[in-house]
Amino acid sequence: MTCPGSGILAYGAYIPRSRLQRAAVVAANAWFNSALSSMGKGERAMANWDEDSITMAVEAARDCLGGLDRTCVSSVLFASTSAPNADRQNAGIIKEALNLSDATGALDAGGGQRAGTSALINALRATSSSGKSILCVAADKRKSRAGSESELLNGDAAAGLLVGSGEPIARFLGCHSVTVDFVDHFRSTDSEFDYGWESRWIRDEGYYKVLSDGVQAGLETLKLSPAHVDHLIVAVAAGGVPEAIARKAGIKPDAIRHALDATVGYSGTAHPALMLAHALETAKPGERIVVASFGQGCDILGFEVTDAITHAPRDHGLTRWLHRRHAESNYLKFLSFNGLLDMEKGMRVETDFKQSLSALYRNRKSVLGLVGGRSTVTGAIQFPRSELSVDRSDTSVGTQEDYPLAEKAARILTHTADHLCYSPNPPAYYGMIEFEGGGRMFAEFADVDPELIAVGRPVRMMFRIKDTDNRRHFTKYFWKATLTL
Amino acid sequence: MPRGIRDKVAIIGMGCTRFGERWDADTEQLIVEAYREAIADAGIETSQIDAAWLAVAVDFIHAGPSGIPLSVALRLDNVGVTKVENYCASGTDAFRGAVYAVAAGAADIALAVGVEKLKDTGYGGLPVRSRGSMFDMVGVVGSAPGNFAQLAAAYSAEHSVHKHDLKKAMAHISVKSHSNGAKNPKAHLRKEITMDTVLRAPMIADPLGLFDCCGVSDGAACALVTTPEIARSLGKTDLVTVKAIQMAVSNGWEIQGSGWSGSYCPTTRIAATRAYHEAGISDPRRQLNLLEVHDCFSVTELVTMEDLHISKVGEGWKDVLEGYFDADGPLPCQIDGGLKCFGHPIGASGLRMIYENYLQLLGRAGQRQRRTPPVLALSHNLGGMPNQNVVAVAIVGMLGA
Repeated sequence: MTCPGSGILAYGAYIPRSRLQRAAVVAANAWFNSALSSMGKGERAMANWDEDSITMAVEAARDCLGGLDRTCVSSVLFASTSAPNADRQNAGIIKEALNLSDATGALDAGGGQRAGTSALINALRATSSSGKSILCVAADKRKSRAGSESELLNGDAAAGLLVGSGEPIARFLGCHSVTVDFVDHFRSTDSEFDYGWESRWIRDEGYYKVLSDGVQAGLETLKLSPAHVDHLIVAVAAGGVPEAIARKAGIKPDAIRHALDATVGYSGTAHPALMLAHALETAKPGERIVVASFGQGCDILGFEVTDAITHAPRDHGLTRWLHRRHAESNYLKFLSFNGLLDMEKGMRVETDFKQSLSALYRNRKSVLGLVGGRSTVTGAIQFPRSELSVDRSDTSVGTQEDYPLAEKAARILTHTADHLCYSPNPPAYYGMIEFEGGGRMFAEFADVDPELIAVGRPVRMMFRIKDTDNRRHFTKYFWKATLTL
Repeated sequence: MPRGIRDKVAIIGMGCTRFGERWDADTEQLIVEAYREAIADAGIETSQIDAAWLAVAVDFIHAGPSGIPLSVALRLDNVGVTKVENYCASGTDAFRGAVYAVAAGAADIALAVGVEKLKDTGYGGLPVRSRGSMFDMVGVVGSAPGNFAQLAAAYSAEHSVHKHDLKKAMAHISVKSHSNGAKNPKAHLRKEITMDTVLRAPMIADPLGLFDCCGVSDGAACALVTTPEIARSLGKTDLVTVKAIQMAVSNGWEIQGSGWSGSYCPTTRIAATRAYHEAGISDPRRQLNLLEVHDCFSVTELVTMEDLHISKVGEGWKDVLEGYFDADGPLPCQIDGGLKCFGHPIGASGLRMIYENYLQLLGRAGQRQRRTPPVLALSHNLGGMPNQNVVAVAIVGMLGA
């Protein structure tokens, strides 16, 4: 099918700052699984303790939306197979963090590795004639057993695409989907880990038949000559497979996009969009992109880059995040952050900070959206907002209007590195920060480079996990300050 | 401007327990131990007490809520007991309640007790607790050292003081307090320490090392107050009176408004100015003879010297290094060892400071007695965090001084 008029309006990506060195993982585990010995090259993106697929999706969405007017977003689709909540709308939390209007639709997609592309297809179809824009975000932080191949192959990441029918930077050419219950791996809703089948069978019967045949059928549906494919995105964690698929379909080898396996790892439902966002960073008008995703079948999507891409902002996307990098060689940290190592946390962590859901709802704009207040009388900006302004020259009650702070740049006023209070990644860094244009707050710092923390240093806010209630399994989110790139 | 309470209320008895890891005592025993000393000092009967104030800051780990624990422990005559919780200023705030009741004529004799039994949590440091539903969602649940450590970074930045110089001044404060505390039988830590020990100690919250932090301990202190007339009728001759008690509570300006650098506590400056006015003090650096300040951390004591208008802003660290606040210096600070050596049973600390000032004024401080007996002594508490806090300043002195 084809959808004239709709396409990608903007793209964004996010990968966590820490990159786990595969050599460190192999060094720790090769005694147990010698087959890992050949997999020690490169690095994989590793979420910090306070990141999950929701927080990563928020960052990718912010990267995608950039300076755009967010009122254009009519709906948020969130795809993941590692969404933190089974029954609390994950996309709804993303909507709150982005401070979108309450009159915004939201939907979680999951259930398989194809969820990201399937959500994208549905968004492209829905927006083809409506004039509305839909934000499609996908993120995954897939849990894997210690010493497994998945641990080395996977990477934590997110990607966001704004789709609609305005002036797309990449026009949607159409798509082709195949659905078959090909179980290369599975995970029941109450399981922590995937259970996978033999990789040779997955390659021969899955990639070389289901996916490869799908690509060829897709090209026919799109009426796209293989010779005209400039970018082939095959989002699977299997070396050599994209090459084989390209060869079979007659697509030129230099069209094959790099799968990011050496730097990011395979990011599940996010990976097709992540690779697509990466391709769009340098794509030229007229180029044609084919995206192929795999999971109980396949989705094949075609795009044609338009002239609009020459006007699109180029100061965002995956490359920028790739440069924001910390090489992590401490494999135990990875295990601990992912709940695979039960560290002695001490008694301080026993204090019960149960979240009041009614208080959270009343204050959701402050807590999830980092919306402060501005006095309509004096212009004084503050966080959080209050009945009476912090500027005492305004003595009237209820004069404040919403003042979003999440996208404001800020500077460090005070700081410390606290070794006493509990932190999953000690020491805990925090301090006072002041926003450009007004407003200040007492904030935790995330993704810290200790050498760079100083009074006056610029910081940028990021949506992060504040705390997890491990008794009731409720995740609390708030905003933290990170050093500006 | 109100006329204030200068010389309207006299202290007729005070008591203080030995502070420390009191594995032997519950809240009840601590209260009784401090009270027995105070009631003997005052020479009155429990039945003569008209009203009482009880300071407990973290009641959920020991005393429990309300004024009942005090009334039961001392078998009071069913008088009114007000329970006070105001962070680390709780003790001085309880004292303020008792003093105000006497000054108002509502009570002839009033009792203020501060107590905290912290060493039943099973871990070191202050108990972790909620600061309210909104703060817990948007605030930082750090530790006390982490909160106060931030003063140092901001102070260095604002006054261009190199962090090594600041760290040295902070270390001098701790060495000085340990030297004082070694002479005090009621102190928890009674060992002298060296600059080297402080500077090489493990980091707790950058730049505060272990010896930049006061300990956590158990203890109680109390005061019995009445009018100077009643005190005389009880046979008291050398009367210690209250010259001023002032509190200043943050209204959110520091943490929400604009202009605060993070290097000082505006509330201390405000409370000190008001207290000097109430006490009729125009030149605190010369007129005050003793200081007991809230040295929860060495850096807190340092900035407090400036906030009390004793040292020039940005130069307190120089006064410290020159020994201005040493026991034999012009204006001793923490001559009893301070929070540094007593530890900080939160509700008790403010009254423990007034207790030391009371002893020093009466020349009863034993081995650590200031040679020239002081006539005006100040105590100061700072509760909460530098960016949002409660400050109490109390000045006591000889009647007529």
